[in-house]
Amino acid sequence: MSAAVSFFNPTGQTRVLPGFGLSLGYTLVYLSLVVLIPLSAVFIQTTSLTWAEFWAIVSAPRVVATYKLSFGAALAAAAINVVFGLMLAWSLVRYSFPGKKLVDALIDLPFALPTAVAGISLSALWASNGWLGGLLVPFGIKVAFTPLGVLVALIFIGVPFVVRTVQPVLEDLETELEEAAASLGAHRRQTFTRVLLPVLTPALLTGFALAFARGVGEYGSVIFIAGNIPMVSEITPLIIIITKLEQYDESGATAVAVVMLLFSFLMLLTINLLQAWSAKRTGRNR
Amino acid sequence: MSIQVEEISKTFAGVTVLDRVSLDFPTGQLVALLGPSGCGKTTLLRVIAGLETADAGRVILEGEDASRTHVRERQVGFVFQHYALFRHMTVFENVAFGLRVQPRKQRPKEPEIRRRVTRLLELVQMQWLADRFPQQLSGGQRQRIALARALAVEPRVLLLDEPFGALDAQVRKELRRWLRALHDDLHVTSIFVTHDQEEALEVADRVVLMNRGRVEQIGTPDEVYERPASPFVYSFLGAANVFRGRVEGANVRVGEATLNHDGSDADHGADVVAFVRPHELDIVTDLSAPNGVDALVRRILAFGGSARVELDGIEEVKAGAEPTHYEVVLPRERAGTLTQGQQVRLVPTPLRVFRQEAA
Repeated sequence: MSAAVSFFNPTGQTRVLPGFGLSLGYTLVYLSLVVLIPLSAVFIQTTSLTWAEFWAIVSAPRVVATYKLSFGAALAAAAINVVFGLMLAWSLVRYSFPGKKLVDALIDLPFALPTAVAGISLSALWASNGWLGGLLVPFGIKVAFTPLGVLVALIFIGVPFVVRTVQPVLEDLETELEEAAASLGAHRRQTFTRVLLPVLTPALLTGFALAFARGVGEYGSVIFIAGNIPMVSEITPLIIIITKLEQYDESGATAVAVVMLLFSFLMLLTINLLQAWSAKRTGRNR
Repeated sequence: MSIQVEEISKTFAGVTVLDRVSLDFPTGQLVALLGPSGCGKTTLLRVIAGLETADAGRVILEGEDASRTHVRERQVGFVFQHYALFRHMTVFENVAFGLRVQPRKQRPKEPEIRRRVTRLLELVQMQWLADRFPQQLSGGQRQRIALARALAVEPRVLLLDEPFGALDAQVRKELRRWLRALHDDLHVTSIFVTHDQEEALEVADRVVLMNRGRVEQIGTPDEVYERPASPFVYSFLGAANVFRGRVEGANVRVGEATLNHDGSDADHGADVVAFVRPHELDIVTDLSAPNGVDALVRRILAFGGSARVELDGIEEVKAGAEPTHYEVVLPRERAGTLTQGQQVRLVPTPLRVFRQEAA
């Protein structure tokens, strides 16, 4: 049988791995059904608006304020999670201590917990009369029902992403690398910045991207602690639901959604490019 | 630089890994720490490097007690079995690492770093790979880079932990010869750990044999091979035929048979274990010879100029027990006269006798 030259097999060579056509076809159909079609529906829905209407909706001051909070808080939370997630992963990988398994299991809890439950307990905890919020009252710091509350919620839900992406890389990292650096005269700080950090950067970036993406889209755990004060502590997903959908303004809701979608896509694309660049720098792609 | 270790002891989770080890490594020599896995050789090397702290004892570098000195300040070059190269750095940057992390005041200027790294890469014959990343190199090349990196800081001592352990046989042999030549050029006091007796005997000036956390013997390759100090050293350094028996005057009685021995210090009546190398055991077809152990020829493996003959002890075969295996190396033409299943007599030329240790 001669190998046919086709779209899926442009070189006409017989492949060693079978089923390329089938698996690619399945992948594309599945991706379309599950991701692309619902997303394009968002765009199609907005076409019922004129450009002027669209612009008026997405650039309303109250909506713009939510973009700032949503993306700002998500970025800040992801950044904080990178630092503390790395520390957490480091302790879990490098040290053994009683209850380590328990801590390891606790990391995943924000994944599993219904977000509304998380939201209610967080707001109870950080309210001015709550355990933690009460401690901050003397310093004049309010967490619940402020942008700070949004940040706290996003840090909470983002932790597992960083820990779980960095952990396996850290486990693979031989302690010999650090010993080699030390025997060559490097101090701990130099070993960390010159030897460990460059190797961990791609994983940290992935963790950052995941935590950020989750933070931007997070709804359940945020709305309780945020208090949803217009222009102060309203997040974009909330605007979509409360002020648009609940008033049967579907096109308005999708207009805001489109902006959110584009923003998120752009930022994730940037992070991906950054990752590709850092991988190339470490010689992983030949 | 000279290295001394005094009474070093180390225990890991209740297991004694090093048991009061004292050693003296003379300046400029290449010393092999040889022993089976788990004998403590790597731990000793790591204690000398400062990567591990001993429970007791002292490490003395150039006459100064360095037991409390951090690995960073000990100025030792350490080469790991699995290279431990920095994979995000080019070969050049790997070698330059030790220079770049020096405190600003001591750090050489960029052109000086460039010059020194280039010279080191030339030394290990890798200058054409300067811009590659470690993952693009073969195992042998990686280990040479690791060595260049260790040499970059001009260490007072070079410590190599199973440096050829992860390489295949061909490359091992080549790098072995290369390391010896490099040492003859540089004369840095070097210690390398290995479990391969051939490697140790071929490369080192002196061999330190270790077993179960203790030093069994120290000497030149010739000394340890020709005059093993203990049954362990004898059997570790090469193939050996073992006879267990009792001293009777000038003979050792092994079961029904007697073997002539070369007058060891073992007293009459002492339980002993005796060793003979395969090439020192002779096969006699005359079964009326006065000495020797009877055996049956089981297999004759002839290749090259010599033949290896495998035999089974006849006493056990007759008794129906698991036979003792013997191995003899003969010139090929002599082996030709033997046939499988033939009964022969084994006569050791020199017999090395050790007093049986109380079990």
